[in-house]
Amino acid sequence: MNSTQQKKLLEAFIEIIRKTSTELPKDVIESVRKGHGAEDKGSRGDYALGIIQKNIDLAKLKSQPLCQDTGSILFYIHYPKKLEHDAVAKVIRKAVVAATKKGYLRQNSVDSITGKNSGTNVGPGSPTLHLEPWSKDVFEVRLMLKGGGCENVGVQYSLPDGRIGAGRDLAGVKKCILDAVYQAQGKGCGPGILGVTIGGDRATGYLTSKEQFLRKLGDRNPDPVLAKLEDECLVEANQLGIGPMGFGGKTTLLGVKVGVLNRLPASFFVSVSYMCWAFRRQGATVTSKGEIKKWLY
Amino acid sequence: MIELTAPLNEEKVRSLKVGDMVELSGIVYTGRDAVHKWLHEGNTPPMSFKDGVIYHCGPVVLKKGAKWVVTAAGPTTSIREEPYQAGIIERLGVRAVIGKGGMGEKTRQACQKFGCVYLHAIGGAAQVLAEAIKEVEDVFGYEQFGSPEAIWQLRVEKFPAVVTIDAHGNSLHKDMEAASSAKLAELYTQIKK
Ligand code: SF4
Repeated sequence: MNSTQQKKLLEAFIEIIRKTSTELPKDVIESVRKGHGAEDKGSRGDYALGIIQKNIDLAKLKSQPLCQDTGSILFYIHYPKKLEHDAVAKVIRKAVVAATKKGYLRQNSVDSITGKNSGTNVGPGSPTLHLEPWSKDVFEVRLMLKGGGCENVGVQYSLPDGRIGAGRDLAGVKKCILDAVYQAQGKGCGPGILGVTIGGDRATGYLTSKEQFLRKLGDRNPDPVLAKLEDECLVEANQLGIGPMGFGGKTTLLGVKVGVLNRLPASFFVSVSYMCWAFRRQGATVTSKGEIKKWLY
Repeated sequence: MIELTAPLNEEKVRSLKVGDMVELSGIVYTGRDAVHKWLHEGNTPPMSFKDGVIYHCGPVVLKKGAKWVVTAAGPTTSIREEPYQAGIIERLGVRAVIGKGGMGEKTRQACQKFGCVYLHAIGGAAQVLAEAIKEVEDVFGYEQFGSPEAIWQLRVEKFPAVVTIDAHGNSLHKDMEAASSAKLAELYTQIKK
């Protein structure tokens, strides 16, 4: 990479971070609007979603973080294989430091032993980079910012689970998903979105559950069995009545996305990640020269 | 919509019920983990918390010229202060606690006994809430606790929240958990193999 290319790429990544932190993707905005419409006028759910919508508009207008917790920084990137992995990673880390200085990201990464804040959001595990080379001459960049409040209510089940009576079948999986929503109550800043993985090991299960958030809310799972499971879980979770912020109401979840991985015969994990309403996810294709060509969401 | 003005009095606080939607104006004091621990140890802040409001919040505050300006100020998770909150309500005469996620049994009982309410703000609504904060009047413990942990004395206007623990022993969190638990049990019986 020459220095002009580096400079342009750095600017592109900063812009992707800015947009992700301050603007929700269209599919999420639309879904929040629909959820708001479903609540009874004058109810607490209506009140909460009204404020949430105002916040979405205001953050975009002021180009300031939607939520003060700018979350874990999760990048999913394809890059042109002629570039070096380390060079690409370096530019992204630089972009994170710059975006933190500009206030698009809060100083949000602390040493787990000493509690000391790095001040830059760069440190072991931060940002999280999933970098894959490919043969195209463009970058495809996706970024998600996932807050701590919702991350804390994520949960992993190992089936069979005696507490909730969940066996190793789809019925058991469904019990896990509904239990996760019940356990979360309003603590994950709902209305939330669930990313679920059936199978895998403990690590790949959570990893794949987060990747489900890269899908658009209105999409259809190509696997008809999973599509049906997603639809049913969404409808039933919303019957729990927990509502926005746990205030009660019809909109407890905005979406459920399920992926599946093979498992060992000895294991059967169901991994559930919870995403808050402040569902910050953006993406762009970027030319190898560092020009943003197209936004993905 | 119920308008509240801080400092609050006991009568007004006791008239509130779980589920009430409120807009608070007046003075609030931020306090999170470090401050709660410090107050719990028996220390007394220089400003009086009598009839006052504590806000579980670690704001982002910038100095612009000689003035402090709040740029983000959403609520933080309240349950971390559960071990301390009841004692602080009793000793300092706090009338309202603002936060998110709700609080537990000890706080619920203290609210009932001493006349206090828990106001649930909208988690994540950093920009709307920052707009409701009109002025930073004072700060205490900036050096000692660091900026996000310090006690910021803020003047707010029409700060939106919902009463989720009232002074009559009710908790929306408890009710919600019970109602959704019953519904969950019903849904479980309908799941077909
Ligand atoms: S859970 Fe989401 S909306 Fe709530 S405080 Fe955390 S990042 Fe913000």
